[in-house]
Amino acid sequence: MTNGYVNRDRRWHPPSITPDYKTSVARGPRHAPLSFPTTLAEETGPVFGHDMLGRLDNDLILNFAKDGGMAIGPRIIVHGQVRDEFGRGVPGALIEVWQANAGGRYRHKKESYLAPLDPNFGGCGRCISDAQGFYEFRTILPGPYPWPNTMNDWRPAHIHFSIFGAGFAQRLITQMYFEGDPLIWHCPIVDTIPTREGIESLVAALDMARTVPMDARAYKFDITLRGRRQTMFENRMEGL
Amino acid sequence: MVQPLSYLKESPSQTAGPYVHIGCTPNFAEIEGVYPQDLGHEMITGDVQGQRIRITGRVIDGTGTPLRDAMIEIWQPDAAGLFNSPAETRGTADPNFTGWGRCASDMTTGEFAFETVKPGAVPFVDGRMQAPHVTLWIVARGINLGLHTRMYFPDEADANADDPILSRIEHQTRVKTLMGEDKGDGHIHFDIRLQGHNETVFFDI
Ligand SMILES: [Fe+3]
Repeated sequence: MTNGYVNRDRRWHPPSITPDYKTSVARGPRHAPLSFPTTLAEETGPVFGHDMLGRLDNDLILNFAKDGGMAIGPRIIVHGQVRDEFGRGVPGALIEVWQANAGGRYRHKKESYLAPLDPNFGGCGRCISDAQGFYEFRTILPGPYPWPNTMNDWRPAHIHFSIFGAGFAQRLITQMYFEGDPLIWHCPIVDTIPTREGIESLVAALDMARTVPMDARAYKFDITLRGRRQTMFENRMEGL
Repeated sequence: MVQPLSYLKESPSQTAGPYVHIGCTPNFAEIEGVYPQDLGHEMITGDVQGQRIRITGRVIDGTGTPLRDAMIEIWQPDAAGLFNSPAETRGTADPNFTGWGRCASDMTTGEFAFETVKPGAVPFVDGRMQAPHVTLWIVARGINLGLHTRMYFPDEADANADDPILSRIEHQTRVKTLMGEDKGDGHIHFDIRLQGHNETVFFDI
């Protein structure tokens, strides 16, 4: 029998309603959520095998490119480790990413920013963490973009991450930012995170050691998922 | 002073934003040719056991407007109550049923749909049986942390009355927000309300 996943620290995450990010006001639930220990549904999850991946799934420079072309923009490698709150690597985690192109434009029919599409850039990629939880993909540096919130809000350069660990309790969507981007500290979405420490945990460091000379710079982005309790003692809640 | 508890903190959540489909359902977003098929598109992969059902629904905001940019994932056991997961230790699940589905809400109507089977019952942590239910997870622009909830079945009145989670809901008038609506012929409709008088019960789990 399992001892379940560590409770989520909801004060560390953005609250439901964050008025400076206006869309949350009509979409964030207002009632307190119902708390209970993780059950089998949260402690299990589907498996994503490496065999489902295509050869270019983790290469956003090439996976949408036509006829020997390449996506335009500064070439980067993003890598890191998926681990849990106890520091254990999470193997087999599915990491799905999406991002704007180098000009800050998404390939989406509801996107209206005037920056041009890049015909060789789709903006999606995925990979699965290895036996120690490490992952890696290649892409171009996304551009910052303006968005309708107040009259002059700009998203810092970012990559969206969806992470699927071993249990449904670990399901997480977040965003990665880039070291040194001044827009991080002007963004109402970043600012939904209550603490500076929490924000900084989403800022990837320039990693010169993993740079490919004459080719691509590297950024290191570690991701932490909820930890699974492990103890030799059974802890089963009675009569809840 | 004491020794520090040097555990890590979970990466903070950020909204999925308006373009979650680019990353998670790119074929739906008309980014074709990168992946052969969107993940979670099919839950039934062969000759499945149990009662086939179709779940539809919408995610509705505080103004009564259906979200047209949400993504919904469901996770459930098979008809015998077993999860198709390596963490399942009670037996082997139906190999023709993944248990996991992912669907973008329609860009015009806001509706999502899953072709699945009615799940079997699964025990709670204390061993009591839970009523059959489907676990859902909802993300969208304006949702800062993915929302966990459950859909229960309207034809399971006795099991629902004994369910350890439903009975823990302080305001019992809110239990109905977790009930699917039987539309006949195995079609169950489930609207998720983010706010308002009938705000769905969401879980801190
Ligand atoms: Fe974005």
